[in-house]
Amino acid sequence: MPEKQKINLNRASMPKQTPEARVKNFSEVALGYTQEQAREEAGRCIQCKKPRCMDGCPVGIDIPGFIKAIAKDDLPEAVRILKDKNSLPGICGRVCPQETQCEMTCLLAKKGAPIAIGRLERYVASWEQSHPGVVAQKKESIKSNGKKVAVVGSGPAGLTCAADLAKLGYKVTILEALHVTGGVLTYGIPEFRLPKGIVQREVNYVASLGVEIKLDNVIGKIATVDELLQNGCDAVFLAPGAGAPMFLNIPGENLSGVYSANEFLTRTNLMKAYLFPQYDTPIQVGQRVAVFGGGNVAMDASRCALRLGAKEVYIVYRRSEVEMPARAEERENAKEEGVIFKLLANPRRFIGNEQGRVTGVELYEMELGEPDESGRRRPIPKPGTEFTMDIDIAIPALGTKPNPIIPSTTEGLELTRWGTVKTDEATGRTSKDRVWCGGDMATGSATVISAMGAARRAANDIHAYLSG
Amino acid sequence: MYQILAREDLSKDIHLFRVKAPEVARKARPGQFVIVRGSEEGERIPLTIADWDTEEGSVTIVFMEVGTTSRKLACLKAGDHLMNFVGPLGQPTEIEKFGTVVCVAGGFAIATIVPIARAMKEAGNKVISIMGFRTKDLVFWEDRLGSVSDELIVTTDDGSYQRKGMVTEPLKELLQDGGVNRVIAIGPTIMMKFCSLTSRPFGIKTIVSLNPIMVDGTGMCGCCRVLVNNETRFACVDGPDFNGHEVDWDLLMNRQRTYLKEEKESLECWKKSVSA
Ligand SMILES: Cc1cc2nc3c(=O)[nH]c(=O)nc-3n(C[C@H](O)[C@H](O)[C@H](O)COP(=O)(O)OP(=O)(O)OC[C@H]3O[C@@H](n4cnc5c(N)ncnc54)[C@H](O)[C@@H]3O)c2cc1C
Ligand SMILES: Cc1cc2nc3c(=O)[nH]c(=O)nc-3n(C[C@H](O)[C@H](O)[C@H](O)COP(=O)(O)OP(=O)(O)OC[C@H]3O[C@@H](n4cnc5c(N)ncnc54)[C@H](O)[C@@H]3O)c2cc1C
Ligand code: SF4
Ligand code: SF4
Ligand code: FES
Repeated sequence: MPEKQKINLNRASMPKQTPEARVKNFSEVALGYTQEQAREEAGRCIQCKKPRCMDGCPVGIDIPGFIKAIAKDDLPEAVRILKDKNSLPGICGRVCPQETQCEMTCLLAKKGAPIAIGRLERYVASWEQSHPGVVAQKKESIKSNGKKVAVVGSGPAGLTCAADLAKLGYKVTILEALHVTGGVLTYGIPEFRLPKGIVQREVNYVASLGVEIKLDNVIGKIATVDELLQNGCDAVFLAPGAGAPMFLNIPGENLSGVYSANEFLTRTNLMKAYLFPQYDTPIQVGQRVAVFGGGNVAMDASRCALRLGAKEVYIVYRRSEVEMPARAEERENAKEEGVIFKLLANPRRFIGNEQGRVTGVELYEMELGEPDESGRRRPIPKPGTEFTMDIDIAIPALGTKPNPIIPSTTEGLELTRWGTVKTDEATGRTSKDRVWCGGDMATGSATVISAMGAARRAANDIHAYLSG
Repeated sequence: MYQILAREDLSKDIHLFRVKAPEVARKARPGQFVIVRGSEEGERIPLTIADWDTEEGSVTIVFMEVGTTSRKLACLKAGDHLMNFVGPLGQPTEIEKFGTVVCVAGGFAIATIVPIARAMKEAGNKVISIMGFRTKDLVFWEDRLGSVSDELIVTTDDGSYQRKGMVTEPLKELLQDGGVNRVIAIGPTIMMKFCSLTSRPFGIKTIVSLNPIMVDGTGMCGCCRVLVNNETRFACVDGPDFNGHEVDWDLLMNRQRTYLKEEKESLECWKKSVSA
């Protein structure tokens, strides 16, 4: 018997910009591992025979495999292993909620020190970027099978399905409504968390597989799903996300200065309003900003507001911090940067001035009651606790729902009562012949990697169907 | 990139582009709009589809110079390209045989009401059009709107051409005479508001094309929200056409004024860069 290896429980920490420096810029907060740190962290992995970490990854990356390659300093091999299952490692390494996925099921999580899989994945993606051409791309070896698939939407789901099918020899066209690819990765998640250069590089990889990308194409308007099928597509994969913003539905919500988080983030990230007036799209932040909600979107909006120059930024949430759906890491980052959490408070109405601009919000306090269906303790209003806060800008960040454009123009596409497309989880099939769906449009707002997992399953099923 | 095939100057600050966009032309209907972005740093702005030609594969837009984006566009000429041209967006105008339809337009909207008047006429309606301008020098397309209307009334605010006064005056007379089944009013917000106030006592349905500030134009940001019949609607997907008698006009006008300060700053910055 070999001597039992001593397990190293010291996770290599991630270098970050200091809070004081980073609130003044839109550059990435986390700086990434150095080669030494990556090797050290990779060396901690005990290369389990039954790697539990892989159960937690929706796209089934060979995690011990790529980690071993890092430890051996064989980075081209690490790239190949990652890219075999994940076309977007630089993105996933940054934004996957690893603590509830691969790192949660890692054997070492029990000891409180799971392998930093996401950070290693990110390290490999950065290495590839700085060593262009070292890992040969597959394009030449792909043989066309003469079949055509249209993919609607260029977010993580659309990109993944397109890449998978292109590798199998399909002629794939991505149709994207906006003027840039990437979906939420581009218009929603801010530059300081996911640099847009990285998103575009991974999009370029997908394009290098022979995928055609058509921007400015709103499906349902410029062409319907039925027209795509009639005009030579053998199958359609729907990945338009769930992009329609929800509001609080309280008085005063249409005052100037009340932005949906989507609008606030779109102006900032997609339209680059932080560079106004060099860029033409304006945005307003004023001095005091209140963001309503407790998810990743609320964290992103509040941190953007600080970087745009707001003096005081509040996150108003009706439960307590433990119930917040945002990732712990992002909550910490927000707090470090100076975002103030106003917990157990709920807005009743917005107050405006003569010009129709928001100047304040009336709130009331909440307390937590018994757990509800979601398992979280239900917030209950406390009577007689109304108070007001002066604000210049309000940002409801309550989540999003599916956009009606495709459902309302596609005959025979059954929906759930939440407006999502009824989809078989294992295959991505919808009620409509030759139409598949995956990502947020099928599940409602979820995660990048779950959208990619669904897209992979759909690509497999499309292939089985079209080659069967 | 979308090539500008032709440019026409309809008056000093109103311009027409015919833009190569065959797929948009194929699906365009009266009342829909496109989102245009001129350059990499540019804003996305909505412009109504003023006409289209499926054979040539072109879409016509007509725009008025108001701020930075529209002035930047006005610097382009035939042969130049627009970065983005997305459409056709929004719901088409409801076209049916109503009987007698009065089409009222002011300023740049003269161009955009032509396809609507034409479709209304083709659907078998009697079409009476009213076009309003500030002054004689700004008059354009009298012949074009006239050719798709059974009757045409032209007004100028200062009386320098045809009838003196606002478009609401002949509108009111037509409504008083009776027999009008529908009113369509497109133009500056204030004009649409007063047309709606004029027709309201007569109970004649009045369709207006709302022009709130937009970003994506696809229902993703909520910037374009308007209050209609006390309900929040997204003008880019639910409209832009709405029943003018149900629109909260003050809210719309407040929201349109949101960025006055930034718009001024943007314009000054651009002027400086042009003169440098
Ligand atoms: C601010 C924010 C922060 C987030 N942070 C995280 C995070 O840290 N980690 C994480 O895992 N997840 C995060 N998420 C969730 C994650 O981004 C989504 O679950 C994921 O992007 C869904 O992918 P998708 O491909 O289904 O859709 P999307 O990313 O929404 O992409 C859909 C694309 O389809 C296009 N489209 C829509 N309609 C049409 C049409 N009719 N025709 C053509 N194209 C169309 C859209 O323009 C868009 O580009 C965040 C979401 C937001 C909003
Ligand atoms: C559905 C729709 C159709 C339209 N059709 C036409 C048309 O056919 N011809 C035409 O000349 N104009 C049209 N407009 C108005 C046009 O979009 C604005 O005049 C233009 O955006 C002004 O931009 P700017 O940068 O030149 O001016 P700015 O100085 O930025 O703004 C001047 C005013 O224009 C409005 N505006 C500014 N930005 C936007 C924006 N992104 N979206 C909408 N409005 C904005 C605001 O009320 C603002 O106060 C339409 C608007 C809508 C919503
Ligand atoms: S893709 Fe996401 S879940 Fe899978 S291994 Fe990478 S970080 Fe973990
Ligand atoms: S479970 Fe953890 S320790 Fe085991 S192989 Fe996976 S990453 Fe390594
Ligand atoms: S313009 Fe964004 S939702 Fe209408």
